[in-house]
Amino acid sequence: MATHFVGDTAVLTGRTMRHVTRSPDTIITTAIMPIAIMLLFVYVFGGAIDSGSVSSVNYMLPGILLITIASGISYTAFRLFTDMQGGIFERFQSMPIARPGVLWAHVLTSLAANAISLAVVIGVAFAMGFRSGAGPLAWLAVVGILLLFTLALTWIAVIPGLTAKSIDGASAFSYPLIFLPFISSAFVPTRTMPGPVRAFADNQPVTSIVNTIRALFAQQPVGSGVWTALAWCVGILVVAYVCANIAYRRRIS
Amino acid sequence: MLTVMSISSATDQAQAPAIQVRGLEKSFKEVHVLRGVDFEVAPGAIFALLGSNGAGKTTVVRILSTLLAADAGTAAVNGFDVAARPADVRESISLTGQFAAVDEILTGRENLVLVARLRHLAQPGAIADSLLTRFSLAEAGGRRVATYSGGMRRRLDIAMSLIGNPPVIFLDEPTTGLDPEARIEVWQAVRELARGGTTVLLTTQYLDEAEQLADRIAILHQGRIIVNGTLAELRALLPPAKVEYVEKQPSLEDVFFAVVGDSATSSAPSTSSTSSTSSTSSKE
Repeated sequence: MATHFVGDTAVLTGRTMRHVTRSPDTIITTAIMPIAIMLLFVYVFGGAIDSGSVSSVNYMLPGILLITIASGISYTAFRLFTDMQGGIFERFQSMPIARPGVLWAHVLTSLAANAISLAVVIGVAFAMGFRSGAGPLAWLAVVGILLLFTLALTWIAVIPGLTAKSIDGASAFSYPLIFLPFISSAFVPTRTMPGPVRAFADNQPVTSIVNTIRALFAQQPVGSGVWTALAWCVGILVVAYVCANIAYRRRIS
Repeated sequence: MLTVMSISSATDQAQAPAIQVRGLEKSFKEVHVLRGVDFEVAPGAIFALLGSNGAGKTTVVRILSTLLAADAGTAAVNGFDVAARPADVRESISLTGQFAAVDEILTGRENLVLVARLRHLAQPGAIADSLLTRFSLAEAGGRRVATYSGGMRRRLDIAMSLIGNPPVIFLDEPTTGLDPEARIEVWQAVRELARGGTTVLLTTQYLDEAEQLADRIAILHQGRIIVNGTLAELRALLPPAKVEYVEKQPSLEDVFFAVVGDSATSSAPSTSSTSSTSSTSSKE
């Protein structure tokens, strides 16, 4: 069975990718809200926010990219939930295939769909005047961190996808994740926030990830913050992966 | 009258039952759904598990198709124990669940190709095309399943289950929610399967369905098999037939097919019935 893992996962990923390409609106709706927030913050609030020497759009983009991912992964929960509701999930489980491939197909599709959404948002940011002198290595690091963050959040999304009782429940979990960047360094420097809020903002995962991406775009040293960011991503990934697999096992036994 | 379980020797694989269930028990929290279910199905037979809603038919099928673990008892499919050798069981079976297990966003042909690929067969495209023709779906093959009628979905579902020619097929309430014409199409498909030597375990709550299709019928009631035998054996349980004179009224089914004017007697699912069922809405 294990010998078929790669092949079966590839076949199943091809199936879920078709779901994405046949409903391109999911990519658009994933990208539209972050773009709207970006327009709002750059052109409406931008003048009032002290972004220091960098332009508003350069300052905002890292947080906007994280919002894009948080809203994109709710479609993964949605697609997984739909599979569970219909009989197709049980059909796959009763076939001689590598069983984990069923989940991995959704996860890989989530990575691909979010990569497209992120590319769209970055394209719009360029049109709004985003510029970066970052070299290929720095860009590679940005892409790596974004994919790692997507992977971590996708495994979180698998949990409601497997356990939700309704379609609303399956996708509503992402709202707090979308909200998280607002209480971070993504849009407003944390030093302007009142004590307890600042303490939360300084010590939640989004701040370290935003600061790292911002430094990479600005060609500044990332410092030790990059390790905090990576530790958060890997930590969330491991916990979410374990919980998702427990939920999966409960579901199939 | 009723079959007595005989412990057959497993030495001869060909003689061994295709499905063997002994003392199967399963509870969900407080509810004791299966309280010791025993039955055997001979290779190539159509076996109907009859019971009202909630009798535990689906639970039996889910245990036999390795989706659920039993609390007690043993079950073997094609000679493989479902708990000890689930991978071998999955190689031997196909499951058609209560709800058509098809991908709505893919086309009918893509659904078939998907299953053929997952069963690691050569030439998945050719397999898909021949099944589309066999189940009168050739014209609809390029359309998304979301546009199919309930009967077409069910036919596609069964076609997907045939890929790879598994020796044992489970059909869990295959005609629930279908219109009368689609039901007859499904029955036709099941009969063809058995003719090809496939063992079919069918669950149904429709008495006429069991009567039409099954070689043997078992009635699952309150977690146990209370009767198991051929139709003739079951009939013999009641007092001998007495002769009465009754004015024969046409049944509603007779009227329906007389008015609609096809399919009741046709031997194979025809394209004309496909087009007429496509106008009906899907089952739920």
